[in-house]
Amino acid sequence: MELFTNQVLAGIATGAIYACMALAVVMIYQAIDHLNFAQGEMAMFSTFISWQLMQWGVSYWAAFIITLAFSFVAGIAIERILFKPLAKAPVLTNVAGFIALFAIINSSAGLIWDFTIKQYPTPFGSSPFLGSQLISTHQAGMIGVTVLLLLGLYFFFQYTRIGLAMRAAASVPESARLVGINTSWMIALGWGMATAIGSIAGMLIAPVVFLEPNMMGGVLIYGFAAAVLGGLSSPFGAVVGGFLVGVFENLAGTYIPGVGNELKLPIALALIISVLVVKPAGLFGRHIVKRV
Amino acid sequence: MSAAEDVVTEAPAVEAVPKRAMTLGTGTSLLVLAALLIAPVFVKNFIIFQMTMLLIYGLAVLALNILTGGSGQFSLGQSAFYAVGAYTTAVLLEHFNVNYALTLPVAGVVCFGFGYLFGKPALRLSGVYLALATFALATAMPQLLKLNVIEHWTGGVQGLVVTKPDAPFGLPMSQDMWLYYFTLIVTLAIYIFAVNLLRSRSGRAFMAIRDNEIAASAMGVDVALYKTLAFGVSAGITGVAGGLSAIAVQFVAPDSYTFLLAISLFLGMVVGGVGWLPGSFVGAAFIIFVPNMAESISKGLSGAVFGVMLFLVIYLVPHGARQVALLVQRKPSGGR
Repeated sequence: MELFTNQVLAGIATGAIYACMALAVVMIYQAIDHLNFAQGEMAMFSTFISWQLMQWGVSYWAAFIITLAFSFVAGIAIERILFKPLAKAPVLTNVAGFIALFAIINSSAGLIWDFTIKQYPTPFGSSPFLGSQLISTHQAGMIGVTVLLLLGLYFFFQYTRIGLAMRAAASVPESARLVGINTSWMIALGWGMATAIGSIAGMLIAPVVFLEPNMMGGVLIYGFAAAVLGGLSSPFGAVVGGFLVGVFENLAGTYIPGVGNELKLPIALALIISVLVVKPAGLFGRHIVKRV
Repeated sequence: MSAAEDVVTEAPAVEAVPKRAMTLGTGTSLLVLAALLIAPVFVKNFIIFQMTMLLIYGLAVLALNILTGGSGQFSLGQSAFYAVGAYTTAVLLEHFNVNYALTLPVAGVVCFGFGYLFGKPALRLSGVYLALATFALATAMPQLLKLNVIEHWTGGVQGLVVTKPDAPFGLPMSQDMWLYYFTLIVTLAIYIFAVNLLRSRSGRAFMAIRDNEIAASAMGVDVALYKTLAFGVSAGITGVAGGLSAIAVQFVAPDSYTFLLAISLFLGMVVGGVGWLPGSFVGAAFIIFVPNMAESISKGLSGAVFGVMLFLVIYLVPHGARQVALLVQRKPSGGR
């Protein structure tokens, strides 16, 4: 039983990270209807920036804030420079664009910071949380930060004018434009926020998976899976999906014989596909009726 | 309109392209064919090998093109079918001593069945959801090939070594050259099959589904059947390409068939032009040669150079090589 609780809690902690990535994925998906395959690499690059700042002697939280600001601006810049010209291009072309961005960021990070594995500090420490053996303070911190972030986003989208304008621009761009919302900038804003959220996920998971240019590969896959499981049209679903995927992945790795670390990912994906076959729009996605 | 369904319905649609534009004109085709036939006589064995690989990748991209350009379904899992084809050929060659030419149809049929069965549950998924499902298949495949249960057949992590066939009837040719001509024959046969398939009743059903699924079913097209059929045919052709690659590379191992391969094939399709069959081979050339070029420009930044080149291509010609071909064909009117 102790093992079970342990695995569930560890699953919730990693699930928090998947939830952050899934949220970032859904933010961009809502804004431009594309899955951003470079999301993980963008988060990795931000994490490296914060690491570099700390190497230069900046304190953790100062580096955290500077990195958030940097990611936000970088996200907007990427949208303005690289993807705005592609807005009218075929969807598959956009996907190719994301793959190109992935290759560029991954290779540049490798050149700047090389491919050796680096330690990344945690602000919470790694002692047992409140004397409990089940969960470390870093894991508790990961869950805490994610929950705070979610609440912040909820209030932003529910109660601020910009949040409302962004939702309007995402759901019915034509009407939003007619009431005077600058939809093009709302998309850029969505990119900036998604990049910032992704960088939080990167900085939170770096102490666990260590810092190196390929660190986000696995995390992004789980983030996608979580987003799709929860429903791409629902940020709330993405978060729930993140926690579900985290817990399931840990339990499958522990309890299903012969799975271990190697087959964890395929098993998790297989589960998600089985869910999708039953509920094609994801657990919390809107069912859409298509007009002919 | 749903976002998720937009992905499928809009993806391959290139507007105002006449039907003829799906293939090259007769004259151009014959010229290309003649060039392909004569070229090996003048070049070194290594280049012949690269041309063979180009044809093989071209076939795999063509298969994806039938799926996406034809029926509008999106797959990131082609590497899995490629792997199954390659392993079928390798196992038949090494464990059963079957003639190499006979292993290809078997690989094709096995993959057709595999793709058809995979297409069944995938029927309910579209757009990004289908992309995730096929992606899962691609990530699972290398792990499945390493399983202990089938290690006796597959060689596990080590993989299998395949012997290269000699030219038949005592033809005075190097092994590489014979393999090139053999691949060329197979490629031609499948290319002609694909062109005719897309022009046939089934092909028109595919395209009707691609353009509007509901309208297609209202016209009496059995949507479920044709969608799974497209998956099957695409997987079958990918399997033959995989089988050919096993013979050409003389080696199969689980880690040759990762998700990266699926991504490459996808990029090949986009660069060549979605739905334009000859473009498959242009795309194959891009995914074989551009990474090498990027490597020679800068070792450390090869990924970045590749990315920048890819960006250049999609900025200049968002519809891929097809757009270039159309520009050349219709110069007088200047339209695209």
